[in-house]
Amino acid sequence: MNIIYSDALIIGGGLAGLRSAVTCADKGLDTIVLSLVPVKRSHSAAAQGGMQASLGNTKMSEGDNEDQHFKDTVKGSDWGCDQEVARMFVTTAPKAIRELAAWGVPWTRIKAGPRTVVMNAKQVKIEEKQEAHGMINSRDFGGTSKWRTCYSADATGHSMLYGIANEAMKRDITIHDRKEAIALIHKDDRCYGAIVRDLKDGSLTAYVSKATMIATGGFGRIYRVTTNAVINEGIAQAMALETGKVALGNMEAIQFHPTPIMPSGILLTEGCRGDGGVLRDKDGHRFMPDYEPEKKELASRDVVSRRMMEHIRNGKGVDSPNGQHLWLDISILGRKHIEEHLRDVQDISKTFNGIDPADEGEKGWMPVLPAQHYSMGGIRTDKTGHSHLKGLFAAGEAACWDVHGFNRLGGNSVSEAVVSGMIIGNYFADYALDASITISTAEIQQALNKQDAYLDALINTDGGEDITKIKIRMQEIMNEKVGVFRNGGDLQSAYDELKELLVRSRNLTLKNKSRANNPELSNAYKTQKMLKLAVCVAKGALLRTESRGAHYREDYLKRDDKNWLKRTLAWWRAEDDIEPDLTYEPIDIMKMEMPPAYRGYGHKDMTVEHKDTAKRLTEIDKIKAENQTVDRYVLQDRIMPFELPMNYKNKNERLGDK
Amino acid sequence: MARELTFKILRYDPSQPEIQAQFQEYKLTEKPGMTLFIALNQIREELDPTLAFDFVCRAGICGSCGMVVNGKPQLACKALTKNFNADFPITLAPMPGFELIKDLSVDTGVWMEAMTKRVESWVHTESETDISKQERPVDPDLANEIFELDRCIECGLCVSSCMTKLMRPDFVGAVGLNRVARFYMDPHDDRDASDFYELVGDDNGVFGCMSLMGCEDHCPKEIPLQSKIAYVRRELVKVGLKR
Repeated sequence: MNIIYSDALIIGGGLAGLRSAVTCADKGLDTIVLSLVPVKRSHSAAAQGGMQASLGNTKMSEGDNEDQHFKDTVKGSDWGCDQEVARMFVTTAPKAIRELAAWGVPWTRIKAGPRTVVMNAKQVKIEEKQEAHGMINSRDFGGTSKWRTCYSADATGHSMLYGIANEAMKRDITIHDRKEAIALIHKDDRCYGAIVRDLKDGSLTAYVSKATMIATGGFGRIYRVTTNAVINEGIAQAMALETGKVALGNMEAIQFHPTPIMPSGILLTEGCRGDGGVLRDKDGHRFMPDYEPEKKELASRDVVSRRMMEHIRNGKGVDSPNGQHLWLDISILGRKHIEEHLRDVQDISKTFNGIDPADEGEKGWMPVLPAQHYSMGGIRTDKTGHSHLKGLFAAGEAACWDVHGFNRLGGNSVSEAVVSGMIIGNYFADYALDASITISTAEIQQALNKQDAYLDALINTDGGEDITKIKIRMQEIMNEKVGVFRNGGDLQSAYDELKELLVRSRNLTLKNKSRANNPELSNAYKTQKMLKLAVCVAKGALLRTESRGAHYREDYLKRDDKNWLKRTLAWWRAEDDIEPDLTYEPIDIMKMEMPPAYRGYGHKDMTVEHKDTAKRLTEIDKIKAENQTVDRYVLQDRIMPFELPMNYKNKNERLGDK
Repeated sequence: MARELTFKILRYDPSQPEIQAQFQEYKLTEKPGMTLFIALNQIREELDPTLAFDFVCRAGICGSCGMVVNGKPQLACKALTKNFNADFPITLAPMPGFELIKDLSVDTGVWMEAMTKRVESWVHTESETDISKQERPVDPDLANEIFELDRCIECGLCVSSCMTKLMRPDFVGAVGLNRVARFYMDPHDDRDASDFYELVGDDNGVFGCMSLMGCEDHCPKEIPLQSKIAYVRRELVKVGLKR
């Protein structure tokens, strides 16, 4: 039996996983990172537009701080997030970006003096202060009250990932790439690592560890059209679900990004609109101000995506052989700005669509349509990133830690990935330091044999079903029936057919019978796992009879705080089941720093209020009245205390402090 | 009318050395907007489930899909089939210079990790950073210049198009020398030219480069490799002359 021991096993080599690994190494743990691909190819690299952190350096972000970032994040989540976790996140984000700067990430810096920016489709001159010269710049993004999204041109995720991967390699952390974890090793409600398949030779190895972390990103590939990379299939979430001991949280909370380019679905960053780009319809009309007079193109992503689809339904979409779309116009920013700050966008548009977005007028408009982009849901954890299964942690997009609730703000994904790597990585390492391995080799062998037999069975079954067809059908159902607009009828039929597909996926006939180098075999076990996630998404969406954030029910238009201010937990009780058992975890208004209210964008007066909202508001007013002389940190602590490890709770210094 | 395309793909599995490397042909009907990413996936889904190749982001960002297309190394995801002459087969082969995994899939990860460690591709500094304090200012133009070099996606096209690498298997490649330039320029990194001389001041480093510039010709990120290799060489010659 192949068996490899470590203190800390981290599955996933993107920003969250590698940043966690750095902490583990710094604490002296024997750490192994597993990755499907060379770690620098992880999907974190594809984040273009930036990372939110309230540095407040640029003129347009003056007065920014954690409080503003917190409020924007909670409103963005449509009050679905865990507010304590959101506080932990916004307090650590400035530290994360400064750490990355010290590690050499080439953030775009401010030049003192006047500069021209585009706001509301008009050129405006702003003056950057002398003392801000050389400090980290930030741009505007959707759903934010300040210009808070720090960036390195439009390859932010790439620069961040390389910065952190370099630090991991500096520490000589063991990285095993082209490895896929397919099952967790667990006993008595405790996780001891994973059974891992080598993607080169197909062999199985048991990676046994004191503590295990899943940081494998989202599961966008259960949809037919997605901005996600081909590796974002959610296999690790499914593997956790299959233990029966781990709950997946809020799987129905799926984000659709407003501006993937059609028909390839490749993302064009929110930075396009943040920097002043606008959306246009078939008449060339800029329609967003008609729907969202205040935030216009820069409302949160869920709202912009819905308004776009609404506008297409109103007959304003542009016809094309691939269906209808709208236009994204960044030509108004000028060629110089585009070629300096939005170069990958230009490259993508030129390469895949033959359109140079810097060309003036109609010629430069890029065809866009909302598509699946981000999974707010994932492995449910507590505030330290610990899942329901002891010894198993999760961080980044793979987790439901829950910074994002029902809608993530642009710029908060890479930010969460790194910050969770710092915070959860720290709790994870501390757990590993105290833990020991108390599983026998016989039990490890058993776990390995089970997967071995499972793969043999997949190859030898002759049920006649074709896995490629099943996978494509699953993706089509998700696209057509569990999309931007949802309704009971479609969701029910999606749910029923997905369950049927799951049953069919257990009766395959594979053409290629080899255990090694067999993409069809990988496809078979992965599709079975993806179908489980798809069923969780569909069931969660079907039962949630309200509209919150990205989950929008045409038959239940209101956000129903009275009945639905709670997190969906999906459990897979038995291996042969074809659907999850759903339970719900309440979100307590009486502990909130910011009780539910109107988000400031989207439809007004569309909530069913919870009785606690008014009660908690009164309570907060009372605390404020009693604490008029204290500073904002003390006041915050009296309203909703939270903890952070290391020195992460230290006050973040800013230019304005002096 | 839609064109019929012929793909001629070099097949070899090192774990089955008894089967000789050979070209295999596949035929597909072209679709609008078809890239090699779309075409290869369609071949695998419909014609041959054993064909091995690598894609991740399919958007030219992650650097996974370098291969030799009609004799030229390039990123397959960005290659549109409409740019090929359908009268001839589109010939695909794995990138040379890296260990072959199977067919079009090569192991760039292990090579790049070794390169990273060889040029010590990280910030070296004695100073401690208090991350709750303001960041150190960096000249905005310098930050942009560093970013230009930081855009490298380690796709390996520069290595596979390098004649020096063919002659000297341990040559660090343009990707490594670019990394040296990048950290040499970075004000956070305390290393000086003599430190880098220790790492790449030899014939397997910057002095081995024959200046044929296959790297510059094929870099998908248009990184100014020619001028940066010259820059590193100039700086390290100064160190060498003093020794």
